[in-house]
Amino acid sequence: MYGKGLKPLSIATVAMLAVSLSLVFFYAPLDGDQGFIQKIFYLHVPLAMTALVGFIVGGVFAIAHLRTDDRKWDAYSYVSIHISVIFGVAVLITGAIWAKASWGHWWVWNEPTLVSFLIVFLMYATYYPFRYAIEDRDRQARYASVFAITAGAFVPLNFMAVRMAQSLVHPRVFATSNGGLPGEMLVVFLCCLVAMALLWVTLVKFELTAKSASGQVKRLRRALDAPAGGGSSRIAPEVS
Amino acid sequence: MTSSRTAFAAILTKDLRSELRTLQSLPAMALFSVTTFVIFRFGLDRTSLSGSLAAGVLWATLLFAAVLGINRLFVAEREEGGFDAIRLAPIDRSVLFGAKVAALLVYLAALELVAVPIFALFFLQDPGGLGPLVLVLLLADLGLAATGTLISSMAVNSRARDLLVPLVLLPLVVPLMIAATGATEPLLVLGGPSYHRFGTWLMVLGLYDLIFGLVGYAVFDFLLED
Repeated sequence: MYGKGLKPLSIATVAMLAVSLSLVFFYAPLDGDQGFIQKIFYLHVPLAMTALVGFIVGGVFAIAHLRTDDRKWDAYSYVSIHISVIFGVAVLITGAIWAKASWGHWWVWNEPTLVSFLIVFLMYATYYPFRYAIEDRDRQARYASVFAITAGAFVPLNFMAVRMAQSLVHPRVFATSNGGLPGEMLVVFLCCLVAMALLWVTLVKFELTAKSASGQVKRLRRALDAPAGGGSSRIAPEVS
Repeated sequence: MTSSRTAFAAILTKDLRSELRTLQSLPAMALFSVTTFVIFRFGLDRTSLSGSLAAGVLWATLLFAAVLGINRLFVAEREEGGFDAIRLAPIDRSVLFGAKVAALLVYLAALELVAVPIFALFFLQDPGGLGPLVLVLLLADLGLAATGTLISSMAVNSRARDLLVPLVLLPLVVPLMIAATGATEPLLVLGGPSYHRFGTWLMVLGLYDLIFGLVGYAVFDFLLED
């Protein structure tokens, strides 16, 4: 039931990614200061923004789960956080590459956005051991939702605290807001942002489809096994 | 329906009385913090601390000592069936959250009453910053108690009980620790306390307390359902 529309969505995502990447390499002007390496910005920043929004969206789904007690929303929340964590790994890796290229170090503690993102990532990395330490399925879903809501509230607060810890000592190195971008770069950046958001939605939908399909297979297999008795995996009862 | 205030007082008194009689958490927390100070003395190879180093040692120690108490906060409820009793009782369930936060606050205050003077005795040359430090301790304890109670109540019902509290709580309190150490650092610098951005950090602490107090209050109901 989740698979509806997956095909056009996937095609749109691939097309959008292809268009954005060609824009990045053939249309966007070279950065005067950093040169070619600056192009990783079009990958890194949209990935980070999508991951952060994805974490918040996971929290919103969790609120829906607690309000309606419908397990569907828990699956949405879980998959949102799951895909965002994967995006988070990509963000940290591209961030490290960029930092190495433009500052000469793989990791820079002075860049508040980088540090905040690491803390948020560590927070959400505990989602898995937390979730799977709870055996009862209903309770697992409920506790995971509580976690997602708490962590969702934590994201903006953490960004504020880390920024404040450094803002007076170290000036912001990058203007991540679009105000500092020239027009052509801004267009390319927005294209990349849309492409990454589409990729996130596609992956979430894909994972939900896969999860619901494997759940259905499991249920069917159990239904087939039941009348045969025992744990055999025969598809049809034997004919004597 | 029993009034919330009566229920709150009853649960809080029960917790404090059982802690006083069994002494399960507090002595361990205090002892842990003193031992940690000794380890820091050799780990850092310093006999006196000031500024950011002092703030870091103090808060890291208090946080890890607090984790010990937070781990045990709901153990009695689980083992002696207290959760079922609360579910059966005709009271608002958020009262349990409030009472547990209050109990944890008392534990943390008792811990700090022991640990902070010993810290000052061991490491500080000028204890003048300890007065305003009380304000920082109070606000940070409130946030730690709110998040700690929330995580502890979930961890106690899981398979990996003692593992989950440090695992989930530590990243969650990073902003709290940033603000607490930020406010403590200028208080403990050599040559008397200064108040560089003291008010700003207190506001961050207050905001953290408010947000996680409200979140805990709002979601705690769902943790008790069964």
